[in-house]
Amino acid sequence: MSEHHHKETFVTKYIFCQDHKMISKQFLITGIIMGVIGVFMSMLMRLQIAWPERSFTIIEAFLGSHQSDGVMDPDMYLALVTIHGTIMVFFVLTAGLSGTFSNLLIPLQIGARDMASGFMNMISYWLFFISSVIMVISLFVEAGPASAGWTIYPPLSALPQAIPGSGMGMTLWLVSMAIFVASSLIGSLNYIVTILNLRTKGMKMTRLPLTMWAFFITAIIGVVSFPVLLSAALLLIFDRSFGTSFFLSDIFIGGEVLHYQGGSPVLFEHLFWFLGHPEVYIVLLPALGITSEVIATNSRKPIFGYRAMVGSIIAIAFLSTIVWGHHMFISGMNPFLGSVFTFTTLLIAIPSAVKAFNYITTLWKGNLQMNPAMLFSIGLVSTFITGGLTGIVLGDSALDINVHDTYFVVAHFHLVMGVSAIYGMYAGIYHWFPKMYGRMMNKAMGYWHFWITAIAAYGVFFPMHFIGLAGLPRRYYSNTAFPLFDDLSDVNIVITIFAIIGGLGQIIFLANFFISISKGKKATQNPWRSNTLEWTTPVEAIHGNWPGKIPSVERWAYDYSKPGHEEDFVSQTVPLKKGEEES
Amino acid sequence: MLALFYIFIAIGIALAIWQFKELIGFKKVIIENKDFQKVYAIAKTEENPTATEKDNDFHGKLLLGFLVVFYILMVYCLFFLNDIMLPESASIEGENDDNLFLITFVLIGIVQFITQFLLFYFSYKYRGVNNRKALFYADNHKLELIWTVIPAIVLTALIGYGLWTWNTVMDLSDEENPLVIEVYAQQFNWQARYAGIDNTLGRGNVRNIKGINTIGIDMTDVNSADDIPVRELHLPKGRKVVFKFRSQDVLHSAYMPHFRAQMNCVPGMVTEFGFTPKFTTEEMRMQSETVIKVKGINKLRKAKGEDPYEFDYLLLCNKICGASHYNMQMKIVVEEEADFNNWLKEQKTISELVQ
Repeated sequence: MSEHHHKETFVTKYIFCQDHKMISKQFLITGIIMGVIGVFMSMLMRLQIAWPERSFTIIEAFLGSHQSDGVMDPDMYLALVTIHGTIMVFFVLTAGLSGTFSNLLIPLQIGARDMASGFMNMISYWLFFISSVIMVISLFVEAGPASAGWTIYPPLSALPQAIPGSGMGMTLWLVSMAIFVASSLIGSLNYIVTILNLRTKGMKMTRLPLTMWAFFITAIIGVVSFPVLLSAALLLIFDRSFGTSFFLSDIFIGGEVLHYQGGSPVLFEHLFWFLGHPEVYIVLLPALGITSEVIATNSRKPIFGYRAMVGSIIAIAFLSTIVWGHHMFISGMNPFLGSVFTFTTLLIAIPSAVKAFNYITTLWKGNLQMNPAMLFSIGLVSTFITGGLTGIVLGDSALDINVHDTYFVVAHFHLVMGVSAIYGMYAGIYHWFPKMYGRMMNKAMGYWHFWITAIAAYGVFFPMHFIGLAGLPRRYYSNTAFPLFDDLSDVNIVITIFAIIGGLGQIIFLANFFISISKGKKATQNPWRSNTLEWTTPVEAIHGNWPGKIPSVERWAYDYSKPGHEEDFVSQTVPLKKGEEES
Repeated sequence: MLALFYIFIAIGIALAIWQFKELIGFKKVIIENKDFQKVYAIAKTEENPTATEKDNDFHGKLLLGFLVVFYILMVYCLFFLNDIMLPESASIEGENDDNLFLITFVLIGIVQFITQFLLFYFSYKYRGVNNRKALFYADNHKLELIWTVIPAIVLTALIGYGLWTWNTVMDLSDEENPLVIEVYAQQFNWQARYAGIDNTLGRGNVRNIKGINTIGIDMTDVNSADDIPVRELHLPKGRKVVFKFRSQDVLHSAYMPHFRAQMNCVPGMVTEFGFTPKFTTEEMRMQSETVIKVKGINKLRKAKGEDPYEFDYLLLCNKICGASHYNMQMKIVVEEEADFNNWLKEQKTISELVQ
């Protein structure tokens, strides 16, 4: 592992690379590309929702045969809903976020030369790449891509007669997701093994930075839940292609009775949400881990309640696997089961509240360094609270009856897992860009990026709660069929304008990111004056991370502004002074 | 809402002009200052890639400003968007929901206002200053105990009340003589079936669909003959209605927002939901919140030259089901029991229709 002078060709350096730092960049760039596609789709949807009958050149230009005179078809709207959700949840916020930062940070922060298996790591990326390519290809299928929602509930997703996207588009979706699951599993196993076995001398589990705890627990949830999605996808493929009846029963469509008998879509819902709900935390926990690190570093203060933070990550992870039924209160399952899921769901509010309060206390009496990463972290805590609180409404089965599948839900989950996780991802990128590329990102552009995004995000998703409370169902191609919703059109227009502002604001980030890779100011070794191990490696990334011996760890990661030390940070490699207590 | 938006735009433009002025001011310094060495020095400190004291100060204040704007947005949405919300529950069971909702919303509203204040205020107050050391404060068990236990107690109460409400709403077992109605979903419309004199629905299965029997009633079942299929839903005021939901093709969701009622329609399975209508359609039209909402809608419709809208209860589809999902609806009429009985008598039973 330590031969860091061997010769590299283009192929071994950029393509079949087994170095975790390069793989993390591969994940990030692929994630960004998918993110651009996903966000662009949401812009098209917002145009349609705000001005349902107006013709747009941009729709005419991009949607080809799925539009007429610049107005998109209803089927295409549902396809956009589906693919936007799939891409953002899996490809951007799972692979793009967790894949990038787990790969980059795990070896660097625990003091390892590389991942436990560099080869598996490479495979994990390439499977993700193949799955991304298939997902993008599915957009160009003649009948349109998968359009049964990202939750692909059968029978809609099983029957091409029900919606054209359930033909070839759906097949490609399932194949892509099956490969994605494989990628995610291989990656997660690697993360778990690496954290458990390759920690450097002195790096006890209780000294791990919170990012490591978050990635570690995330990987465990992934390993527990992703296989269930794979089995659901396989059974659905069986129903679609081989005529089995796992999820289908008593169907009359297109003037004829189909042969399916005895299956139940509710079974699929259980299997799907057994992954689907933990998935929310697979998305969110890494973002919270990154935020913990960024907030502590930039507050120049130890993270408040380290043990409570670790405990709450574990509690959230455990609870996340036994709450999936709150997506199904009104699916027809037994109301008693609904009661149980209400109970477990609302319990999650406790560890979440602990996390939020601990973040706020960390800021208290700090010396806050307002760089873009810090601003995004503060933004994350804000959206996490706003979005989390409405979860108390949705998790309560009695209240869920009336807001289920309305825009209230859309607002809730976009804030709590969408915007929050994206903020965490941005915070991570601004914070660790110097580690990735040896250069700094432009600060002024970072500030503009944050403020535009922060204003737009609340401008979009805060009013959205209220159109949900007015009873507006989600996934409606147009609200014109109901005069009841006529008075919501103003709000929808405002939301769309904010969405477009927010979407365009991300161009600042893209420009900043790609220009800084080659033109950014050269980074110093430890630009944020941080304690963790990754900042003890040389600026120029090398194989094996440290040129000589791997440093050993002498203290926890959060000795910021510790009394008795000259500087306001103490690297983890600095031995405890005589008589100094470890916190 | 648009008005608020214009205010935001105005603030945004003002900010942009101010920023622009700053830029011009900066330029002036360069022109007036002929000592290029000095200007170069200024530019160099500007380039510092980590946050400077000036950055901390500026963005700390901006965060405080953001808090103020966010508060305005919250207050506006909470109080001024009330006119477009759903009116009070039109079912007796839904009242429980409304109460629970109010309590929950007040509670999370208070937490939201306090925590967001603390977050942004601390961010402002403790914005970084050179030569100040932060307080080394890593742990406080008492504090952590407080904010674990208090949410736990509050949530226990909420869970308790929530579960009581849920059980009240979902429990259909001990109703005496409810009106049984089947709601039948298909791409993309709704049908309904009344159970007739025996108040028992005949069996249904898609394999029986034939001709006028579009919802697959099993005609060999003795309970079927008096069943009444209809395309508009009428409900009697003050009598418990138990709905049995079926779907013939994909998942649908029967959503009746005014009654706080929703249940998925699942092919191959019968699902249930029940409620007791509290106001007739006529009464609901006179209800003050409805009047305000309808007035608002009609103002907009008039501006666009569309016909005025009159309030009606609706059954909507709320589970993605295909191209016309957005237009899958059925009108619901709630009337006094006598009017309802008269209406039902006029409808033909399935056996009459089949002949």
